[in-house]
Amino acid sequence: MSRIGGLGRRLYNGEVSIDFVGRKRLWYIISGVIVLICVLALGFRGLNLGIEFRGGASFTIPQATCSIEEARAVGEAESGSQVIVTQSASGSINVQTAPVSADQSSVIAGSLAKACGVAKEDIKAQVVGPSWGAEISKKALQGLLVFLLLVTIFLSIYFEWRMAVAALVALAHDLVITIGIYAVTGLEVTPATVIGLLTILGYSLYDTVVVFDKVKENTRGITGQSILTYNDAANLAVNQTLVRSINTSIVALLPVLAIIIVGAGFLGAGTLLDLAVALAVGMAAGAYSSIFIATPFLAQLKSRQPEMKALTGRVLARRKQGGASEASGTAVSGILTDTRVASGPRQQPRRQPRSRRSR
Amino acid sequence: MAPNSGSKPLRLIIALAAVIAGLAVWAFWPGTDHGIRLGLDLQGGTQVILQPKPITPGASITEDQLQQTVAIIRQRVDGLGVSEAEVTTQGSGDGAAIVVAVPGVSQDRLLSLVQRTALLDFRPVWGLYPPTSATAVPSESASASPSLSASPSLSASPSLSASPSGRALKLATSPSASASVSPTTSASASVSPTTSASVAATPAPVPAESAAPVQLVQSKDNSAAYQSQVAALDCTNPQNFAGGRPDDPVLWLGTCERDGTAKYNLQPAFIKGTNVTGATATLPQNGVGWVVSLTFDSEGAKALADASTQLTALPECGAQGANPCNAFAIVLDGVVVSAPRFNEPILGGQAEIQGNFTAQEAKDLASILKYGALPVTLEPVDITTVSPTVGSDQLRAGILAGLIGLTLVMIYLLIYYRVLGIIAVLSLVIAGVVTYLLFIVLSKSIGLTLTLAGVAGAIVAIGITADSFIVYFERIRDEIRDGRSLRVAADSGWVRARRTLLAADFVSILAAAVLYFLSVGSVRGFAFVLGMTTIIDVVVAFLFTHPLVVILGRSSWMQRGSRWTGLDPGRLGGASVLGTISGSRRRRGRTDGEGDGSADASATTQGEGSA
Repeated sequence: MSRIGGLGRRLYNGEVSIDFVGRKRLWYIISGVIVLICVLALGFRGLNLGIEFRGGASFTIPQATCSIEEARAVGEAESGSQVIVTQSASGSINVQTAPVSADQSSVIAGSLAKACGVAKEDIKAQVVGPSWGAEISKKALQGLLVFLLLVTIFLSIYFEWRMAVAALVALAHDLVITIGIYAVTGLEVTPATVIGLLTILGYSLYDTVVVFDKVKENTRGITGQSILTYNDAANLAVNQTLVRSINTSIVALLPVLAIIIVGAGFLGAGTLLDLAVALAVGMAAGAYSSIFIATPFLAQLKSRQPEMKALTGRVLARRKQGGASEASGTAVSGILTDTRVASGPRQQPRRQPRSRRSR
Repeated sequence: MAPNSGSKPLRLIIALAAVIAGLAVWAFWPGTDHGIRLGLDLQGGTQVILQPKPITPGASITEDQLQQTVAIIRQRVDGLGVSEAEVTTQGSGDGAAIVVAVPGVSQDRLLSLVQRTALLDFRPVWGLYPPTSATAVPSESASASPSLSASPSLSASPSLSASPSGRALKLATSPSASASVSPTTSASASVSPTTSASVAATPAPVPAESAAPVQLVQSKDNSAAYQSQVAALDCTNPQNFAGGRPDDPVLWLGTCERDGTAKYNLQPAFIKGTNVTGATATLPQNGVGWVVSLTFDSEGAKALADASTQLTALPECGAQGANPCNAFAIVLDGVVVSAPRFNEPILGGQAEIQGNFTAQEAKDLASILKYGALPVTLEPVDITTVSPTVGSDQLRAGILAGLIGLTLVMIYLLIYYRVLGIIAVLSLVIAGVVTYLLFIVLSKSIGLTLTLAGVAGAIVAIGITADSFIVYFERIRDEIRDGRSLRVAADSGWVRARRTLLAADFVSILAAAVLYFLSVGSVRGFAFVLGMTTIIDVVVAFLFTHPLVVILGRSSWMQRGSRWTGLDPGRLGGASVLGTISGSRRRRGRTDGEGDGSADASATTQGEGSA
């Protein structure tokens, strides 16, 4: 703990600085590879959609005394179609059939109950019409678009449009990775998964807003000096909020992990577990992207601005003069509360040329 | 910040305590329900999501039709006597869905209840009585009561009656009635007064019915036992005219007028709703008010011809206790919708119900007659049945996961933030208590139900709530690193953290609101809980966490910066002498957020590397 505390101090002061912004090419490549894998998996494997989306019936038999084969035989005989039978750790058997009518589902449930030695009332049954899945998908997509529109407006007003764009890029990154994980692993996509995805919308942006707020604070009046480029100030902001980001991610993931453990251990697959898996992946991706994607991308967008280009020019010219800044650094820095730009083990300025090259 | 927070923090905490006390009183007010309403996935039961489809393809569904459908379904579901049944609409127009959730009822029963077209039948009236319960008095004396004969609903006026309710009706041959159908006697047995009288003479046991809370009064015959049951029926009790309980058309039926204004003893049905081929509300050119035109299929036309021929000869209903009498009742789901009198035999299979209807009343009646009350067809698109055992298992697992998650978060916060961690844990506990109380209150007031998705939302909210404290505490630490005293940092850090919190929480609430209004099913429950807990998070941070940190910041122990405070300046990087730093430095610190502290900062942090 005390090490993290010390790390927090050194990060805050800039003694220890991880060059998040400067090494953006590396982060982009890492993310690019992951996103590419996800997109490929989506394209080739596709998603394993639950019956809520493709229509069908699902019967969960708790404490079933029958074997998977027996359940399959009964299910196929009664539904007249191929069925998918799975057994969970807790001993319950799940039978999924093609879409059936309500009357048929009642018959199937009755037969399964008889074959597996449970009361018909104990069987958890769900029957979904084929058009309904399309309906809820449409609704979820509508919700997504409306939310994105509103949040873009909000971020553009609260910050500026570049920050809104960067936040949305990070969000898209998180969503693609989360959905991609489902394609890669073949986990079933249920409405609970959709809930998880939609939560990540809020969570990923929440995370990015916290970091961007610090960036905004650090870069206020940045053009009025010539010690730090925008990249430096943004990078310092990421470093300064790093401890918070780590703590937040741990604290947010702890309950989600608790759901996964309890869900997997006691319940088998279900709403809670589906939700928690999506959340765990999305939160991890969200924490990563707010640091490694959103801020570097923002810095990239910002440095296209003429005044930021001018600033970078001034700063570099100044740094070429060598020790000049060493003497007067603390006196002229009017922007940062404690940048320690002039003394101490300072890494950002040294990194800066490389980041310039990488652009 | 610091200057005006002299006595404020305590006041804020007291305000929060008052709010919590108020919620607690509301939640636990004696005589009300103190539980949280659980969704079906947590207590077991059946949920059906129905998609309304217009009866004529291509048409669209109006808001009126939707509301009418919901009202009819609710009536039927309420007839089950399950207290926590829920019928709600989600969305509107063609994308609308009706969600019916009934705890403890099997899939088969609920589906048959919701999906069936309402049971409509036409029954000859045997007796008409005042609505009140007449204990142990035979029907004759009840029907002779003067109050009834004065009742406007079935007065003997030959023309349109003056009943404001529009339910005084007469059935007349429509102008286009053809005479092609001749009366036959074969089908008349069930409506013939002699038949019913002879049946009445044979005592038969009242059919044993299952112990539903509200029971229809039905019998195989017009026995004395049945008659006393009818007499005991209290039609002023809303339960008895709520409807929703389909009657058996081959049995006698004692029931109420739909608005509870009259009581009927009805003979077995002579026409079923399925015999009605068409019903329209029309305004005749020479007429005074709206009428409902009816057409029947051949079977219905024949039965109507027989019944009307026989009934026309009978005396007026109500007056002098005529049994049987000249009227028939249109019975929908067990209650009388309308009881017109026959003016003359109707032989053509086309009839017209007259009465001084308003346009709306005529349309409603026509719609009931035509569609068996449902103005749309309902397609069940999602049926979920959860057994009570699975439900309680899921609830237990959800609570367990929540407790484990909460404990882990608390342990982490305590280890990392020490004394501040205690404040964070207290804040989490308070947020939890407020959430719990709000759930009870909202269960009571707006019928909020907690579903598994909602439980998941609450668990996820633990992390998001804790994050608010983390953002704040990290800000305080930043301020202390910048050389400010804890006393000052508690406020100046708050000013900065507050802005971040509000912006970030706004995004969360926005997401929750959009999800809530645009989605269907379980997503809504999740969104509601997430939005609610985010707001609670903001309230607790403003009214509890910040004031408490400010108060603690004034204590000399915290200001000395012991390592157990979690704010040890040495460890954080500020100088440990900062607690007793000069007044000029402190003033500078108060002018918090505008990037002013840069000049002094590098000096104070230089070389404080001891961790």
